[in-house]
Amino acid sequence: MATVTVLDAVQELSPTQKPPARAAVALLDRATKQYGATRALDALSLDLHPGEILALLGPNGAGKSTAIRCLLGLISPTTGTARIFGQDPRDSAARARIGAMLQVARIPEVLTVQEHIDLFRSYYPHPLPEAEIVRIAQLEGIENKQFGKLSGGQKQRCLFGLAIAGDPDLIFLDEPTVGMDIEARRGLWAQIRALAARGKTVLLTTHYLEEADALAHRIVVINKGRIVSEGTPAQIKSQATGTNGRRIRCHTALTDETLWSLPSVTDVTRQGSVVTVTATQTEAVLRQMFDRDATLSNLEVTSPALEDAFLELTSAH
Amino acid sequence: MATAANYSVVPAAPAVPIFAKETRYEFLKLLRTRSFSAATIGFPVMFYLLFGVANKHSVEGGLYIAKYMLASYAVFGLVGSALFGIGVGMAGERAAGWLEVKQASPMPPAAYLFAKCMAAIAFGLIIVSILTTISITLADVHLTPVEFAKMLALTVAGSTAFASMGLLLALVVPANAAPGIVNLIYLPMSFLSGLWVPLRFLPHGLQSFAPVLPTYHLSQLMQSIFGYQDPGVSLSTHWFALAGFTMLMLGISWLIFNRSQKNA
Repeated sequence: MATVTVLDAVQELSPTQKPPARAAVALLDRATKQYGATRALDALSLDLHPGEILALLGPNGAGKSTAIRCLLGLISPTTGTARIFGQDPRDSAARARIGAMLQVARIPEVLTVQEHIDLFRSYYPHPLPEAEIVRIAQLEGIENKQFGKLSGGQKQRCLFGLAIAGDPDLIFLDEPTVGMDIEARRGLWAQIRALAARGKTVLLTTHYLEEADALAHRIVVINKGRIVSEGTPAQIKSQATGTNGRRIRCHTALTDETLWSLPSVTDVTRQGSVVTVTATQTEAVLRQMFDRDATLSNLEVTSPALEDAFLELTSAH
Repeated sequence: MATAANYSVVPAAPAVPIFAKETRYEFLKLLRTRSFSAATIGFPVMFYLLFGVANKHSVEGGLYIAKYMLASYAVFGLVGSALFGIGVGMAGERAAGWLEVKQASPMPPAAYLFAKCMAAIAFGLIIVSILTTISITLADVHLTPVEFAKMLALTVAGSTAFASMGLLLALVVPANAAPGIVNLIYLPMSFLSGLWVPLRFLPHGLQSFAPVLPTYHLSQLMQSIFGYQDPGVSLSTHWFALAGFTMLMLGISWLIFNRSQKNA
């Protein structure tokens, strides 16, 4: 998705109502993870609040999965600490309250979806009913299929089902929608939002910037094991907007010279009859364009996509 | 940590159902994995039909070949199921990331190991029962119920011992090479322990390897049920050797696992 329309930009401000600040559900405190000469995490601090969806965004090798694995207690940070509900993540009482969907190459392929769910439910003291898991993870109709016979998207949904089997308070989703078609992806998004609405806390990593934009209350952009930027999706985008401005596309009778003379305009291009004006003070520019050209039509204002903002942020560091 | 008090304490899920389900699904998984179940049951059965049943009335030096072969292929079969089921299976699950998903869950690690061991024992018992049925029906082997019960009991003990070796292999062998490496260990070890051909028919130089091989000691214990063990070595020696081998495998596995946890 190259651009986001203004209408969408307004909508995505809605997830910013922050849940009340309480003790962190999950916490990384100046966690550093050294693998030989490589530093996968570099004094990374991260905290998750109850009921929030936090997206961890970064290019490959940025340290996203390492951060999740530290929080899950699968690896321990070289220095610094990881805490889940105030406890060591390796503590089984802490693990009883978390669910994780990790990137796995394969899970036992000859067991059926229902059998996998049955087994995972048994690990938890208060699991969700099987029918509920099937409903939430959209596994209706494939419960009795062996895992190996599922499509890529169905496999992801099955793994999501296992992550929520224990009705956990904290859910880790490492690239959850890889291999899903658009419909399935949007379906899963709705379920992730529903989890947060029930007070569950979600930590999500994703390569789909659109996904972070659509889901997260807060985005943490990391690169080379460090936080590059942190904020709401709108804030992350406005950081890039500050330098580049937003784009106004329209049909207008105004000449290039006139357009260039407007305040804060940084670029004017024409493609056939469509003019694209880039400006940082978009509203002021628009007001003057309306004043001077009564024929102005087909107006569209776009802000830089999260993708552009993201590239800007990670390449600048 | 002081903040821990702010969080509600969650009691753990009851352990017995976890162990039971883990075991049941591990067994189902192995059973449905045709490459495993067909090979681990098929090979000892095929070898026994070829070498045991074909020699059904042969007597060599006071022992019935078909009965001797029943004991040795029972060992061959149960060792195979433990090494392939645990060694190859767990190496694959480790490489695929499935083990991590399990580790991140509140599943007690002991349940995972218990299930693998129990599934290996179950397959061992199936193999030994099939071989025994064939030996009685096709090879005219006479077997008392007590002898059969002793074979089953020794199968449980032997599968447990070789489960420890499977565990070590799973920890050190790369998953994509696991089947090949396990075969490279399993087949020569079986041959040099006299599981295919009685030791006394092997060249002298090869016979000397047997006492350092765990399969030899297990096979001597199995033969002793029929009074077919090599004279001159006491049974307690074989038991000590097998127990020592098991401890050694578990000890090395424990060290390797802890080292990998520290480096992780």
